[in-house]
Amino acid sequence: MKGLLAGLSAVVLAAVSTQPAAAQGDKVVHVYNWSDYIDEEILSDFTKETGIEVVYDVFDSNEILETKLLAGGTGYDVVVPSAEFLARQIQAGVFQKLDKSKLPNLVNVWPEIAERVAVYDPDNAYSVNYMWGTTGVGYNVAKIQERMPDAPVNSWDMVFKPEVIAKFADCGVQLLDAPAEIFPAALSYLGLNPDSRDPADIDKATELLLSIRPYVQKFHSSEYINALANGDICLAVGYSGDVLQARDRAEEAGQGVEVAYSIPKEGAMMWFDQMAIPADAPHPDAAHAFINYMLKPEVAAKASNYVFYANGNKASQPLLDKEVLEDTAIYPDEETVKKLFTKLPYDPKTQRLVTRAWTKVTTGQ
Amino acid sequence: MSMAETRTPLQRRIVTWIPYFWLLVFFLAPFLIVLKISLSETAIAMPPYRPVFDGLAGLWAKLAELSGANYEWIAGDPLYWHSYLSSLWIAAVSTLVTLLVGYPIAYGMARAPAAWRPALVMFVILPFWTSFLIRVYAWIGILKPEGLLNQFLLWTGLIDQPLFIMNTNTAVFIGIVYCYLPFMVLPLYATLEKLDPALLEAAADLGAGAIARFWQVTFPLSLPGVLAGSLLVFIPAVGEFVIPDLLGGSQTLMIGRTLWNEFFANRDWPVASAVAIVLLLVLVIPIVLFQNAQKRLGEER
Repeated sequence: MKGLLAGLSAVVLAAVSTQPAAAQGDKVVHVYNWSDYIDEEILSDFTKETGIEVVYDVFDSNEILETKLLAGGTGYDVVVPSAEFLARQIQAGVFQKLDKSKLPNLVNVWPEIAERVAVYDPDNAYSVNYMWGTTGVGYNVAKIQERMPDAPVNSWDMVFKPEVIAKFADCGVQLLDAPAEIFPAALSYLGLNPDSRDPADIDKATELLLSIRPYVQKFHSSEYINALANGDICLAVGYSGDVLQARDRAEEAGQGVEVAYSIPKEGAMMWFDQMAIPADAPHPDAAHAFINYMLKPEVAAKASNYVFYANGNKASQPLLDKEVLEDTAIYPDEETVKKLFTKLPYDPKTQRLVTRAWTKVTTGQ
Repeated sequence: MSMAETRTPLQRRIVTWIPYFWLLVFFLAPFLIVLKISLSETAIAMPPYRPVFDGLAGLWAKLAELSGANYEWIAGDPLYWHSYLSSLWIAAVSTLVTLLVGYPIAYGMARAPAAWRPALVMFVILPFWTSFLIRVYAWIGILKPEGLLNQFLLWTGLIDQPLFIMNTNTAVFIGIVYCYLPFMVLPLYATLEKLDPALLEAAADLGAGAIARFWQVTFPLSLPGVLAGSLLVFIPAVGEFVIPDLLGGSQTLMIGRTLWNEFFANRDWPVASAVAIVLLLVLVIPIVLFQNAQKRLGEER
């Protein structure tokens, strides 16, 4: 789950397509995935092995994907929505059930991840995990240290305690512009159920968010990657992979900016990006072949080594680079994993309540 | 003998119908679809609203299911009203600033030696050769706290603390004025260039000073350009989404953003459509005013 870069995404929806190795009639699979989310060698290897050509398009927000899927007739064979969106899309009848006889590599999946995904997709009937991650705190190590030597970097206090976040207001604080990510964090910080739909709980979370609002410079779902990497901001609530990407960019730039990511000890949201096949997919057989290929341990490991996200493939773990497997920001330890929580999609009424509360937080209206 | 006279009446009728056909296909049909969705109810389905018309059959039965509930909803929450007002305000201020910046440019261009003019027009159009998005991104690089503007001002010693322009309404104004400036300059230039210099000479002969000549001759005659330019800036600025999203702060409330929320965050296509219909009505009023103003100007001559 990368940034849901507002409407911009519609404008810059870049399309990357691999060259057809050989025109082979209907031996083609149309894949629609997040931007910067795959090692392109995987696609050419797949074509080499199966003779199926891959047409690969990218999006950068769940909303864009969902709007296309709900309108129907996308022509895509494999799409990669986040689990929360997937759950609602299954309800709307967007996807077809996976034919598990065509997916022998399902034996490689990580049961713990599959079990958590089952909350959204019962029996994992419609989808297979591609990558998963957390929503936590990214920060500029030096700037935080300078302003508060004993900063509680591994706690939500960094964000939700007014007297703490106030110290960082001058160097820039950004939050995801995604109520579905921020409200659960605020609710869990208050000791309430992160998945609560009770209007009274939502009100309490709104109060909390309003109390820290003066110190937040901007709510945006992708700007913080560059802003953290360039040292323009010092604190952000964002997706694990995005913050780690900012960390790497800062390292490469060599301007002395050090970015770190922490999963707050109170618990954080866990998200899953799931491969699924639309009901009207023109090439369902090729789609199954593609998903089965992605489930190979060496392919899943290659994907994770490239994008720095954890995958849902247990068998791939021995094949992962050490710097990926041993980074607790990517593969958190068991103690931390137990504290991670998930959230089901809101019903339309709660969704409206939460969106309205979010508008109140962000605009003051 | 010109081409038009050689045409048969049928050909002539087809030619006059082309614009109406375009209007029908690309404006009226989409408008009716949006209007229909705005009278529907949201649902978890594909597409995410009902009723859906599958054809003319049962049309009347389904028409009865339509409801105005979405419009009641919009009227009931001050958020939408504030968004409209705030959008109109931002667009109005931007238009005024664009006019103040654009008029001297257009005036200078119209007064430049005739040989230079094509090159000057070229310079005004030149920015369009770069993607709109890249140009807005470039402003982030200029306006951000550690950006070019602050570096320059700190270097000159004019300020000792960086200015926080990025993520404020000021940045939105700067972005809109910059991006829409050519739309103001070109119509102004077109009217100012046509201005007959003999009129100014006559005014001078009658004893009018430079300022009086400008306000009593040049400016009134350039009014059609002022109006056309202002509308070309104002109308798209009201619904602007990309500039406030990239340059504005979270407190920047604009109708484009509210619409995005309805469509994408709430997945409520019907309310989003109702907001769009109301936006259209808000935009139609200035267009009608503009047409009246133009008609009056035409009659005065």
